Amino acid sequence: MNMRGLIDSFFNVQIMLKYLPALARGLAVTVEIAALSLALGLTLGMILAVVRVSIKRKGTPRLVRLLNVPLAFYVDSMRAIPPLVTLVVVYFALPYLGVYISRFWSAVLVFVLVLAAFASEIFRAGIESVHVGQTEAARSLGLSFLQTMRFVVVRQAFRVALPPLTSRMISITKDVSLASVIGVADLLKEAKLGIASTYNTSPLIAAAILFILMFLPLVRLSTYVERRMKR
Amino acid sequence: MSAFIHNFFNVEIMAKSWKIILVGLSNTVQVAIVALVCAAVLGLALAVLRGLKNRVIDVLIVIYVDLFRALPTIVLFMLVYYMLPFFGLSLPLFWAVVFALAINGGAYFEEIFRAGIEAVDKGQWEASRSLGLDFRQTMRFVVLPQAIRIVIPPATSNSLELVKTTVLASVISMPDLLYKAQQAAGLWYNPTPLVLAALIFLVMLWPFVRLTSYLERRMG
Repeated sequence: MNMRGLIDSFFNVQIMLKYLPALARGLAVTVEIAALSLALGLTLGMILAVVRVSIKRKGTPRLVRLLNVPLAFYVDSMRAIPPLVTLVVVYFALPYLGVYISRFWSAVLVFVLVLAAFASEIFRAGIESVHVGQTEAARSLGLSFLQTMRFVVVRQAFRVALPPLTSRMISITKDVSLASVIGVADLLKEAKLGIASTYNTSPLIAAAILFILMFLPLVRLSTYVERRMKR
Repeated sequence: MSAFIHNFFNVEIMAKSWKIILVGLSNTVQVAIVALVCAAVLGLALAVLRGLKNRVIDVLIVIYVDLFRALPTIVLFMLVYYMLPFFGLSLPLFWAVVFALAINGGAYFEEIFRAGIEAVDKGQWEASRSLGLDFRQTMRFVVLPQAIRIVIPPATSNSLELVKTTVLASVISMPDLLYKAQQAAGLWYNPTPLVLAALIFLVMLWPFVRLTSYLERRMG
């Protein structure tokens, strides 16, 4: 192996610096998609979890209970089908359904759908881990179902949900680079364009370094959260 | 509605494309099984090494694990694709994909197995060491059998994730299920094969999704 050649084709500082502005633009797009997907996905996941828990309660009409079937189907599909496959299918399918949205929003839509499915399961497990006595006590004190959820259950559920939720959030944010496959100009796409026009792999290495710099603190944080919650 | 069926559930296209898709499915299954075994073995070996409590080994393993937890898997695939030939490793695509999946999955398995080993009470170690078992015997006969029970739910869920990650092989043009479906979709200018691929994943992995939920609930 030739050291000079290695540095030349993978760690070429000149090329890296030349593509840094493009990579920075890509990084901004990656962060934008990630932020939108996290905010919308977590919100939708929380709503789904509360809906699924509340329709499971005693006294829910049969017909309303049937709502659980499509919801469970949606959640399980998102957990079984690789996000990249969902992304490609949705990207191709939307125009045929008369929905014309940009690649950017197609990607956001898919990540929101995937995250919401996983998050709803995590929140649901959290909600179910809160002792029934808590709900009973809150209800007999006169709080409504929604108040009980909001002021008593969800707060305690959040503690249980936090470690798996953190790692799922990291994993969906990492998945944002899949958007490059449908042509979104994210960090990875910009790196690939750089490779194509220089015949040199340095832009990809630079992108990899940026990804690691972005995610390493989050990975450390998730290890910390997991460790703390165990105690 | 008929345009929708024509484009997404077109029986004629399904009949034409199932042979192509089957080739992809077979590649996906093979790569998934081989990579899963490699990743699990790598993860277990590293987790056992961490049981030695050697500072240097610990630091090296933590760096490896954190690096791969931080790097998006698709970026890793591209790096492997571009860099391996340079190191004189002209691996067939199949093994390049197995390699990428194994070093990536190995990092997650290490975390899971280590947590399992650490969850076994310290007294178990002390007792078996004072009964004269050495490190390897203690690991093998006392700690690992107990750790396995704790490890099963997260390991199942991680295996599911690994199998789903195999579709990234299509990005570096290994003819897996997604790649073949895209090829068929292009060939007949109809996205039905993509829907078919999604359905195959759903049918194939849905039992494991349920299993993961069941195990997590039972152990939780």
